[in-house]
Amino acid sequence: MTASATTALIPAKQRPGDRIFSGSALVAGSLILAVLAAVAAFLILQSVPAVTTNPEDISILRGVNLAEYVWPLIFGTLWSATIALVLAVPVAIGIALFISHYAPRRLAQGLGYVIDLLAAVPSVVFGLWGGNVLAPAVQPFYSWLEQNAGWFPLFAGPASGTGRTILTASVVLAVMILPIITAICREVFLQTPVLHEEAALALGATRWEMIRMAVLPFGRAGIVSAAMLGLGRALGETMAVAMVLSASGGVTFNLISSSNPSTIAANIALSFPEAYGVNVNVLIATGLILFAITLLVNTIARIVVNRRKDFSGAN
Amino acid sequence: MSQLTAPPKAGAPTGAMPNSYATGRLPRFVPLIVLAGSLVIMFAVFALFATADPSGGFNAAGAVFLAVVLYGAVIYFVARMIEGPRRAKDRLVTTLVTLAFVIALLPLVSLLSTVLLNGTARLDLTFFTNSMRNVVGEGGGALHAVTGTLFMTGAAAIISIPIGLLTSIYLVEYGRGRLAQAITFFVDVMTGIPSIVAGLFAYTLFVIIFGPGVRLGIAGAIALAVLMIPVVVRSSEEMLRLVPNELREAAFALGVPKWLVVLKVVLPTSIAGLTTGIMLSISRVIGETAPLLVAAGYTNNMNYDLFEGRMQSLPVFVYSSYVSQGTEAQAYLDRAWTGALTLILIVMALNLLARFIARAFSPKLSR
Repeated sequence: MTASATTALIPAKQRPGDRIFSGSALVAGSLILAVLAAVAAFLILQSVPAVTTNPEDISILRGVNLAEYVWPLIFGTLWSATIALVLAVPVAIGIALFISHYAPRRLAQGLGYVIDLLAAVPSVVFGLWGGNVLAPAVQPFYSWLEQNAGWFPLFAGPASGTGRTILTASVVLAVMILPIITAICREVFLQTPVLHEEAALALGATRWEMIRMAVLPFGRAGIVSAAMLGLGRALGETMAVAMVLSASGGVTFNLISSSNPSTIAANIALSFPEAYGVNVNVLIATGLILFAITLLVNTIARIVVNRRKDFSGAN
Repeated sequence: MSQLTAPPKAGAPTGAMPNSYATGRLPRFVPLIVLAGSLVIMFAVFALFATADPSGGFNAAGAVFLAVVLYGAVIYFVARMIEGPRRAKDRLVTTLVTLAFVIALLPLVSLLSTVLLNGTARLDLTFFTNSMRNVVGEGGGALHAVTGTLFMTGAAAIISIPIGLLTSIYLVEYGRGRLAQAITFFVDVMTGIPSIVAGLFAYTLFVIIFGPGVRLGIAGAIALAVLMIPVVVRSSEEMLRLVPNELREAAFALGVPKWLVVLKVVLPTSIAGLTTGIMLSISRVIGETAPLLVAAGYTNNMNYDLFEGRMQSLPVFVYSSYVSQGTEAQAYLDRAWTGALTLILIVMALNLLARFIARAFSPKLSR
């Protein structure tokens, strides 16, 4: 392992056990590449009929063409995920700071487990809770918002009577992506060089000033990538949205009315069991678009993470 | 690295001499008093509102929320007057950060208590011994869903554990150069696959073989495996990298062939971590709904055959009970909640077991 390339290496004796073992490890590794290629290839293959068939013959499109059908879904996906992200990131940074720098050292690990518990709850349970508990609970609040903040376009109303709006779905999404963002932010904050922190404190900084000067600049890239990974999660989350949101389609920024755009994933889950013929291909095509969007978001997140690895002072 | 020895810590001042560290600072009990005071005030205000207008009722959540807001404002201004703006800001941020944690606890507590409260209604023997075959109203159970979940998750584990483990061994022990880089990158990509896309993939795979409309247990298992493999690879890779190189080199020096080093030295050393990672990955996929809904469909009948017909699973059972409530909606909702409770209990049990294994069997590397 440490020998330089110039010295003549003595080749190790090739035993059959070695060959079988390294061969199977190699096959397993390559299989992952094959599976990913297959995912992309099969989805593309099955999406083709959705594009080539005359839109009038596809019942699920209801008279519009594929692009017009998909656009509100893409909008709903991005819109709900963005709201979720806006709600979740500040809270997640707060929790991560609380666990890493504010909570008593002895409690910190236990509190981390508590937040991890949120990650252990299956999405279908979040959907059940969001639809049965959260939506009725926030409905009065939406009515209040409509009366008192109706001039603001986001809260224009008329307020939904069930509370199953895109804002409720986004709150559930925010709760679901909270643990992953928190976990990454916590890791990054804990990696802050202790010497930086102590130097700031020794100069007379308060705890907040120390965090602002030493911890946050160090963790900025980490926060960005955590947010991106959370965004990727929120984009692909299906059940919570499908069970909470009462979607009517259409593009609207209104957060509290009863007409809400659906998301790609929720639309697939709701329509797929009854779909037949080319309708299935249309849904698969929307799935392919979702795949492409999340791929883009995750790749950007990874690039940010890797850049940080190269330039940070850690390790 | 040379470090200056820290000066011995000064003990807490005991005499009557004023402590220079504490002058110009609020005593420690002030925040507590302010918090208690603002809580009392807000509860009093809300109680007054409640007596004035009995139809509204007492809004405890609103009272607590406004009390916290009041606390933040009061502590900021008190600190600003006595300690100066910098410390006041510090106190404000402390309040906000603590508040963020409490906010995150609210949904967790609400969710767990609701599931416990509603789930116990049907947590009986019938639930675990009956399927939903020919059940329209009350009664019935989720035996078919529990077995389906066990079958499909089991099959997914059988597929993904060897592949994931071997891939991580490749990445840590063998992989050099481009292929290893590509695998690492694409494992990351795979981690980000939305679960419903995995379901669609499994569905299209079987459509190509069997024709359209096919729903099979094994398709669900493959969808779960696609989601599980990257998790297994990630966690196992991390665990294998923790094995100290000295152990490997010592074995090589004794003339042990590489595959035996991996098999007899590396794997046994990291077995606890590997098991933990695998159990956590199982607990992650066991709650997946969307891929199973798409790939395995749903049914009311028992199905022990992965390769024949639709297969129910616990998450899909919860979902379908919730979405298609029959004539007796409460019976369906009760079953959904009990299913959710069962699911949470399974996931929690797996998580706890994993943490226990990690703690009990991990090698004591450093003292």
